[in-house]
Amino acid sequence: MPKRTDIKSILVIGSGPIIIGQAAEFDYAGTQACLSLREEGYRVILVNSNPATIMTDKEIADVVYIEPLTPDFIARIIRKEQPDALLPTLGGQVGLNMAVELDRLGVLEENNVELLGTKLDSIKQAEDRDLFRNLMNDMNIPVPESDIITTLEGAYRFKEQVGYPFIVRPAYTMGGTGGGICYNDDDLKEIVTNGLKYSPVNQCLLEKSIAGYKEIEYEVMRDSNDTAIVVCNMENIDPVGIHTGDSNVVAPTQTLTLKETNMLRDVSLSVVRALGIEGGCNVQLALDPHSFNYYIIEVNPRVSRSSALASKATGFPIAKLAAKIAVGMNLDEMKNPVTGTSYASFEPSIDYVVTKVARFPFDKFEKGERKLGTQMKATGEVMAIGRTFEESILKAIRSLEYGVHHLGLPNGDDFTLEQIEKKIKEQSDERLFYIGEALRRGISVDEIHTWTEIDYFFINKFKHIIDIEHELKENVDSIDHLKWAKTYGFSDRVIGHRWGKDTDEIYQMRKDHGIFPVYKMVDTCAAEFSSDTPYFYGTYEKENEAVASDREKILVLGSGPIRIGQGVEFDYATVHAVFAIQEAGYEAIVVNNNPETVSTDFTISDKLYFEPLTEEDVMNIIENEKPMGVVVQFGGQTAINLAEKLERHGVKILGTTLDDLDRAEDRKRFEALLREIDVPQPLGKTATNAAEAVENAEAIGYPVLVRPSYVLGGRAMEIVHSKAELENYMTQAVKASPEHPVLIDRYLMGKEIEIDAICDGENVIIPGIMEHIERAGVHSGDSMAVYPPITLTESEIETLVAYTEKLALGLNTVGLINIQYVLSDGEVYVLEVNPRSSRTVPFLSKITDIPMARLAMKGILGQKFTDLDYELGLQKVQDGHYVKAPVFSFNKLKNVDITLGPEMKSTGEVMGKDSSLNKALYKALVASGLEVKDNGTALFTVADKDKKEATELAQRLSKIGYRIMATSGTADVLSEAGISVVKVEKIDAVENSLLDMINNGKVQIVINTMTKGKTVERDGFRIRRESVYNGIPCLTSLDTARTLIEVIESMTFSMDRM
Amino acid sequence: MLKDKRYLVLEDGTVYEGYQFGGKADRAGELVFNTSMFGFQEMITDSAYANQIVTFSYPLVGNTGFNSEDSETMKPTIAGIVVREAALLPSNFRTNETLHDYLERHNIPGISGIDTRSIVRKIRDGGTLRAVLSDSDDVDAVIETLKSTDETVHSVRDVSTSSPYISTGVGSRVVLIDLGKQESLVRSLNSAGCEVTVVPHDTPTYDILRMKPDGVIISSGPGSPEDIPSIVDNVRTIAEQVPVFGVGLGHQAIALAFGAKIEALPFGHRGSNIPVRNIERKTVEITSQNHGFAVSRESLEQTDLVITHEAINDDSVEGIRHKSLPIMSVQYYPGAIDGPDDSSYILEEFINRMNKENNHA
Repeated sequence: MPKRTDIKSILVIGSGPIIIGQAAEFDYAGTQACLSLREEGYRVILVNSNPATIMTDKEIADVVYIEPLTPDFIARIIRKEQPDALLPTLGGQVGLNMAVELDRLGVLEENNVELLGTKLDSIKQAEDRDLFRNLMNDMNIPVPESDIITTLEGAYRFKEQVGYPFIVRPAYTMGGTGGGICYNDDDLKEIVTNGLKYSPVNQCLLEKSIAGYKEIEYEVMRDSNDTAIVVCNMENIDPVGIHTGDSNVVAPTQTLTLKETNMLRDVSLSVVRALGIEGGCNVQLALDPHSFNYYIIEVNPRVSRSSALASKATGFPIAKLAAKIAVGMNLDEMKNPVTGTSYASFEPSIDYVVTKVARFPFDKFEKGERKLGTQMKATGEVMAIGRTFEESILKAIRSLEYGVHHLGLPNGDDFTLEQIEKKIKEQSDERLFYIGEALRRGISVDEIHTWTEIDYFFINKFKHIIDIEHELKENVDSIDHLKWAKTYGFSDRVIGHRWGKDTDEIYQMRKDHGIFPVYKMVDTCAAEFSSDTPYFYGTYEKENEAVASDREKILVLGSGPIRIGQGVEFDYATVHAVFAIQEAGYEAIVVNNNPETVSTDFTISDKLYFEPLTEEDVMNIIENEKPMGVVVQFGGQTAINLAEKLERHGVKILGTTLDDLDRAEDRKRFEALLREIDVPQPLGKTATNAAEAVENAEAIGYPVLVRPSYVLGGRAMEIVHSKAELENYMTQAVKASPEHPVLIDRYLMGKEIEIDAICDGENVIIPGIMEHIERAGVHSGDSMAVYPPITLTESEIETLVAYTEKLALGLNTVGLINIQYVLSDGEVYVLEVNPRSSRTVPFLSKITDIPMARLAMKGILGQKFTDLDYELGLQKVQDGHYVKAPVFSFNKLKNVDITLGPEMKSTGEVMGKDSSLNKALYKALVASGLEVKDNGTALFTVADKDKKEATELAQRLSKIGYRIMATSGTADVLSEAGISVVKVEKIDAVENSLLDMINNGKVQIVINTMTKGKTVERDGFRIRRESVYNGIPCLTSLDTARTLIEVIESMTFSMDRM
Repeated sequence: MLKDKRYLVLEDGTVYEGYQFGGKADRAGELVFNTSMFGFQEMITDSAYANQIVTFSYPLVGNTGFNSEDSETMKPTIAGIVVREAALLPSNFRTNETLHDYLERHNIPGISGIDTRSIVRKIRDGGTLRAVLSDSDDVDAVIETLKSTDETVHSVRDVSTSSPYISTGVGSRVVLIDLGKQESLVRSLNSAGCEVTVVPHDTPTYDILRMKPDGVIISSGPGSPEDIPSIVDNVRTIAEQVPVFGVGLGHQAIALAFGAKIEALPFGHRGSNIPVRNIERKTVEITSQNHGFAVSRESLEQTDLVITHEAINDDSVEGIRHKSLPIMSVQYYPGAIDGPDDSSYILEEFINRMNKENNHA
């Protein structure tokens, strides 16, 4: 059918902030969908709360709203914009849940809004466990023995019938939130209780565990004419039991015969047909490795993380076509946008092996529980493409930027075999590397299979990697062996390691013998049709298809996997840099390895290399393309870290020079600069060992802020109050050395200010100034930031602008620069300068309408800002108030302390904007997932140093009608101040303990600052975790608490005695 | 690790160096490709590939090895296979032989370590060529031999059964004219209750009709129907008596018999992902195909045949039926009855028609 003409405008709901289980893939899908709908002439209205996305750019939709994704706010937009239709299946689970809610509330009917794509009934049938199970039973498709329960007693009854182990899956949650596997009664109580809490409908599916089965996924599409195709099938290397988002996944399936493939294909297609899916759908299946028995696990009736992966794995743009299907078009009448010659109904065929490996946040959360299960824990993922499985997975591993470079751990020799066995058996996030270690020590393939139930095919492949290592060792300097190892994905670094040579020597050997990769095209059809997709991967074979053009070209390095500290913001900047390069008439070439992102959509750049971001892999591309230069400042620390290595090979780094980057990072050189330009900074020193650290800290005076040099996202940064703490830090947290000194700064308790500026080497543009709500000491990524600043005086602003200009020019910045200041006792000090793109670039760009990354790129390409239509210096303040709030994923990560500090912990961010600050704050808080209630009970447990401040806050809360609860110490202080306070018992009390209060839903806000001291720390930790499990806002910074209280005050009435 | 060398030498002089596996014999044949990612056992044992050297674009071949159930023939006639990597350690619960062992047992040479994608691109752009798999690096001699060998192959004769046999069933009686049939077709008919009599490709019409079949199927097979004029001559006579169904080469034979022509496709259809439109039902099915020739659309206008199926990509003819006689045929593999394929209804329709015409059921 041709597209529908009875609808003109379509509302698209985005997925909101990046959280575990819902990452950048929805920016990719949403962007594609919006562009796809506009291509057909529809007016697209977009709502998303996440400013750090390409999809919220004004070029992507006709109308963009950055508003909280709640039924209330979306309903307002619907009433105002009166869209004809709503497309809910592209914004992840959030978008889908919103559509269901809006329908239930009657908003859609009231405004005559039609739901496009998969019908709501189908969505319900796919998502509601009961309805889905009934459908499967009707179709004679096996589902694991299961029951839907709404109470703990129901779970006990299920256990009596089916026995352990069984899986708990809460209804209507994403990424398996609150789920898990129960092996005993303790597990049952804990997991089921949580699961019921997390499910918005208080419903859980209990399911007989089929752990050990192969987990297979089918990404399928169907149109309204009932044409259904398989875009991609994938096999999880990990058997059923580990969430597919955390599993290592390979596409296509490797261990299935045609008979099994056809069987599962048939099931998948018949299910999407029965459900009436119109668009994309993900089907997860479990297959017995010893028979044809299979089960259907679940169906996601929407575009998902897996569909983004399938799109990148095959080149087939699922979201783009799903949007077109939603407006009535059919697969057999749409051209495949990749080949341009074949039709979209042609199922993709690939001629390479794709591997996805998840990226976990445990480099940040060392105490987090690393055992994997049904609840997703990864923040991001990498994908790699190769012509052998070994090549594919080794490329994926070295893309992780996780301190691993190969199938093993750098410190693998440190572990005993028992430790290794334990790590493998408990399915930790590092299992793959431990398997490598085990095989290296001669553990048999059979043994590994017994430990893991991973299919022999994969374990044999791992073993093959180890065998090649041994053969390399026995054949040092053999060019034949070098070539052979390269075809199996070995990096120069690893080969060098086996041969006692450094990476450069191996690179030279390759150069001498002409051993370079060729680049193959990803074309959806295994070369059956000629196509000119500019999407390539490297492999060691014969024919190179990525022939360099004769245009002048610039290589842009992407930012790799999404992780804490390096989120979608950097992809945003990368994409904008690409646009600017193209506008200036150059060829823009992107290198990146993250399948979730917009930058790895091959339509964005002139050429996309889907390759690891390592020195070797990037140099190989440079050898092939010979670009005039490389841009590193948009790709976060990933790209910056490569700059020096590339320059060593004679590659030109465009923009701010490496030397100037170093001047900003190197303590001594930075101090020299500050003296020269007369900008003050908190007193600070460096130390290369513990004794020196103590000596320096004493000279500065406690508290001090300590951190290793060259880090990302405040890793291992701490505020230290005493000598003992410092000694502990120096021995436990960091390894100081002359090459990697530890920085020790005076900790100034003050207001933190953040500025992003753009410089062309001579002129500086400052789009705006942001003030942080949380005082210095909380990582800027975890702080709420406000634009325009709230409390700054004219003269402070003048100072900030003057310093910013001095720093930008002093560092010879060409491009972006991010500066953090602290305002203490009326003095402005510079805390940190990063001459590169930052987390706040998209936020500020959206507010000010200044395309900062593009402008920066123009500057890098030699344009002077004086020739452009922008005023220099600080830009005019925009109307309204804008708040950026962090979003955390603590409910997915067990044992992680949520206390805010110098180490970044948030996974994403939202923006709230409105005419008054309080309204903007309210929106930001709501958008971040916090329920702002105008009455209820607030529980205070604060450290002694905070009691005075907390008293003021409690007083204010009490005044507006909140009940105050506190533990004894805090309660006494509050009572003395005349506040009526309910005293609750300590954690270990038998009844009426504060944990009971939290668990029984008697508390609506927890304010907790207990972090220091042994028992207190432990108790504080438990309080915070229990709050997280119960979905109760737990504020660990009194600044955040104060802001929340101000917002509540502004929306409620005060109860004053006469 | 580094195994013995083997060479794939093309008639245009291109030489690919790779590693030996499978049988040892030097073999020549037409070099073709297939883009399927699964089903290598089925493809390697498909008689439609008789005397051809098949390049698999998917790099990992033989991951699930060979089992005793999925072969399409007992006597594989494929000339050789070209792969990126041949799995040494297959893994599947039914595996009982590795790819290497199977090919060695049937003396079919394989070559691994090849940039198979470059071969697909070469064939795509320049058409199929003759090639030879050789263990000798004396390229000139190899090409000389290739050029001097006989071009004409009688593939159907090589792959068709030499004497009739019956695969029993209780329902309709089907005579299957074997041009290089797939075992899965026989299995599928049996599972639908049909009794299948498989007869050699040159069985006289009189003999076929004497078996009093309820229907006749002309199977798929290698080469061109012009190589088998006797069948073309006989189809009409048979069709006037009983329902006839054609697959692949059999489909082309039917078209020729009723006056249509066969033409070369600009790009052959060789994969398992090809969308076909059922014109009458207005639906799309994803099909598995292996053919470089198709029935000419224009040539059908003068005949009593109508197009029932067409390829979505290039509009080529994928299925036909006769305006008055009970004849239908498709260019692609119709799949199993009640099977997983989108096209499983086709055989079902044929069986229903047989039942109806013969008052079975």
